[in-house]
Amino acid sequence: MKNLKISLLALIATVSFTSCSSDNDALVPVNEEEVITTITATFTPQGGGETIVLQSRDLDGDGPDAPVVTVSGDFTAGINYNGTVTFLNELANPTEDITEEIHEEGDEHQLFYQQNGLGTFTYADEDINGNPIGLQFTYQASATATSGNLTITLRHEPNKDAEGVSNGIITNAGGNTDATVTFTINVAQP
Amino acid sequence: MRFNILLLFALVAMSNSTYSQSTLSGKVTDTKNQPLDGAHIHIGERHALSNPAGTYELHNISNGQQRVVISYIGYSALDTIIDIREDMVLNAVLRYQSTQLEEVVLSESARVSKSAVVKQDVKLITLEKYSSATLGDALKEIPGVYSLKTGNSIVKPVINGLHSSRVPVLVNNVRLEDQQWGTEHAPNLDINSAGKVSVIKGASALQYGGDAIGGLVLVEPVSVLKDTLYGRSIVSLNSNGRGGSVTSSLHKGAEKGWAWNVGGTFKYFGDRESPDYVLSNTGNREGNFFGDVKYIANTYDLSASYSFYNATIGIASATHIGSTADLANAINSGIPAVVNPFTYTIKAPKQEIQHHLAKLNFNTDLSPFSKLALQYAFQLNHRKEFDIRRGDDRNKAALDLTLITHSLQADWKYEKDDNTLKSGVSFAMQNNEASPDTGIRPLIPNYNRTDAGAYAIAAHRFTNSFSAEAGLRYDFSHVDADKFYQKSRWTSLGYEGEFDNFIVVDYGTQWLTNPKFTYNNISASLGINKQFNPNWELIANAGLAMRNPNPSELFSDGLHHSNGTIELGDLRTQKEESYKLSTTLKKQGSIISFEITPYANFISNFIFLKPTGAEYTIRGSFPVYQYIQDDALLTGVDFHSDVYLGKHLKYSLNMAYVHGTNRDTDEPLIDMPPFIMDNSLLYTFNDRHNSYLELNSQAVFKQNRYPNYNFYADVPQDGELVPVLVDVSTPPPGYHLLNFSSGMDFTLGKTLTSVSFTVNNIFNTSYRDYLNRQRLHTDDIGRNFILQLKFNY
Repeated sequence: MKNLKISLLALIATVSFTSCSSDNDALVPVNEEEVITTITATFTPQGGGETIVLQSRDLDGDGPDAPVVTVSGDFTAGINYNGTVTFLNELANPTEDITEEIHEEGDEHQLFYQQNGLGTFTYADEDINGNPIGLQFTYQASATATSGNLTITLRHEPNKDAEGVSNGIITNAGGNTDATVTFTINVAQP
Repeated sequence: MRFNILLLFALVAMSNSTYSQSTLSGKVTDTKNQPLDGAHIHIGERHALSNPAGTYELHNISNGQQRVVISYIGYSALDTIIDIREDMVLNAVLRYQSTQLEEVVLSESARVSKSAVVKQDVKLITLEKYSSATLGDALKEIPGVYSLKTGNSIVKPVINGLHSSRVPVLVNNVRLEDQQWGTEHAPNLDINSAGKVSVIKGASALQYGGDAIGGLVLVEPVSVLKDTLYGRSIVSLNSNGRGGSVTSSLHKGAEKGWAWNVGGTFKYFGDRESPDYVLSNTGNREGNFFGDVKYIANTYDLSASYSFYNATIGIASATHIGSTADLANAINSGIPAVVNPFTYTIKAPKQEIQHHLAKLNFNTDLSPFSKLALQYAFQLNHRKEFDIRRGDDRNKAALDLTLITHSLQADWKYEKDDNTLKSGVSFAMQNNEASPDTGIRPLIPNYNRTDAGAYAIAAHRFTNSFSAEAGLRYDFSHVDADKFYQKSRWTSLGYEGEFDNFIVVDYGTQWLTNPKFTYNNISASLGINKQFNPNWELIANAGLAMRNPNPSELFSDGLHHSNGTIELGDLRTQKEESYKLSTTLKKQGSIISFEITPYANFISNFIFLKPTGAEYTIRGSFPVYQYIQDDALLTGVDFHSDVYLGKHLKYSLNMAYVHGTNRDTDEPLIDMPPFIMDNSLLYTFNDRHNSYLELNSQAVFKQNRYPNYNFYADVPQDGELVPVLVDVSTPPPGYHLLNFSSGMDFTLGKTLTSVSFTVNNIFNTSYRDYLNRQRLHTDDIGRNFILQLKFNY
């Protein structure tokens, strides 16, 4: 009886003091692998001229600092631009280009260009199902000088078959917003 | 339907063989004249179960001397020999067993004091009804217990308006350490491993800890006291979710020598359905095991037990949002963003949880009056949460936490004449490890925690009708965490200067910090029990409890993907202190019984999440919720009544109301359960099959008291950013559900079989519940037919 008690206590002691160890040396900071820190939209005039770059950069990811939004210059009225959008994670080391990943999973992603009176955006790429992705597009600037907001939104798992979605109307798209940026842009007379 | 007809034939066939035999009938009650629902009555190979009114009938008993055993788990069995010559009535009064030290309820025998702790039970027969559901669902049967849900598979008990870290769950006397801080982390426990579940509102049972500001949930395993081998299997089939559960267990009881229990559960559900649409990705799976072995000697017993809980739970696709604009769209559209055809497949977002619990227990009688219990428990909780991710990270968990807890405790109990003394010490070590492989900065950091506690409780019976109980407890706790902070976050939280001493390493954009906190807490309880006459009893309690901030309240600092909110803890968070007063008045009558419990709980430094602004990221804006501390007052009343309307009919009423106020701002507290009224009519046929019909009406009123934490989000519309109101605060309208249940017992060979048929939400009512975290996105589940078969052998 007494032996039993002693051996029980011994067992308890062994189990509890051998199985707890802390190893602080193994600690490494987690770098966000999935965060998009930087969106760059590049507009190249079809007939040559000044390339316009719109960029939003948030180097603390989901941290408290807001993204820094820059617009390199004014668009020119009546000009057609070839547009591309790239996505980077600058928190990863080395910097990760997420654009290719979005392209490969094009059937699960779509970019939307929302604006009012700034001109016309047309998709210039397709996913495996023949639906637009939006990484490539053309922008026809409005014929007259104007200014306004352009919101570029990347949706993950949108419903690409819903009404209007393949024409770039976001209303019925659903899914989750992976990135959304609003740029204030000017279209100037040539 | 065909099945029912077959069943009917089977029953008719069985009833033909009655000749020159007698019927034994009667009522099984406890010492307080409360009917015992589900007691076993055996005569030879014939057996029956008592119905909810406590009555039973055993037919076809051969005349002559017969041994009758009437037993009920947790109560000492009646074992007697009667001479049966004609139809006879045998009423049995069973006494509560207090032989096990872990039992909370003091023995009701006249020798010891009456308990001043109010403990409300969910009995085995009720737990069995919820075999394919969860513990949280079953606990809702107790007035004053609501449920905080995430969908329908993650259900947490809310006791008098409080939940999570404020409501510890004790399984087989072990405090469940399953990352209970999270509102979407339900108790990691198989409901089918429980023999009885009880709730103690408030922190008056100090032997379990001094921090149960809301209350305690005690889960006790099935234990068979007699020398018998008993088996049970339950099969439940549900129409909603097109799935069900199978559970089986074997129990070997013994008065001496070896006793053991073993069992397992398997659950499989696909998408649940609301009246109007499929709730996509709401399936769940569970595969659980539990077993124990016990050696019982004259003066001591030794036991070892192990349980394993393994669950995969889908989180409704529609609740996954990318930004505040998505949330605004979800709320304003009123319909889920994702509705797919029914499937059993569970995709991200989902949770995968494993919980191991191993325990060694040694009980010994030190003298005829005193007992000592020693216990060691090991728990390993592994939680993985998967989110909708891109590319290579697609199948990688977004959160991966492993929590290991060792706990050691010694409890001593002395009972003699009018005095009961209880005392004990406890020690625990806990280690949390957040896997860095997720590629997402973990909300909960790595930490080590050490706890030690000691308590003493004394109870004295002053007169036959008056006893009192007082307790005191001290707890020490030390937390040592390793946490990375983004430097921008560290600065925005104002930690610069204040917590510089925590900084260990500079990693460029991040600080590695080593926050350490030590807490010394005192808790106390005082209770009295006054019996006015055999039917009236008054119990009054006053309690002081202290709860330390949990890891999420201290350390959270980032995007909570499942909520679409940025949650910020605060290293300055102080412990909560609760002062609770409650009174229970009980009346036991042959026609009307009731129990009413008014209470007031004043909590200083009450910790809660409050929206304090928005932050912009490249995904758009997110609302920022910060853990804030204010003084709170919760007052309320719980009511339960049973009315016996004749021999067959019983009417039951449960009501609960809680009024929570932030005393610093005079605002209502967020997430307080609305007023609920639950009416049931139970008709028992008092026949040999214990047939019953039950109609239940559940009325949940609109919560009109809520703080307005609404905010505006910029939502792109026609190319312009338009500020849109995001109404996260307004509670949904009240709702009313009707449920029906029926059942009967019959014997198949030697097997006692019960069949029951239940319809929940008969009218397929569309509703949303204030405390279901899915409510902003989807309706709650619609009608559900449940067919359950139970075999006792």
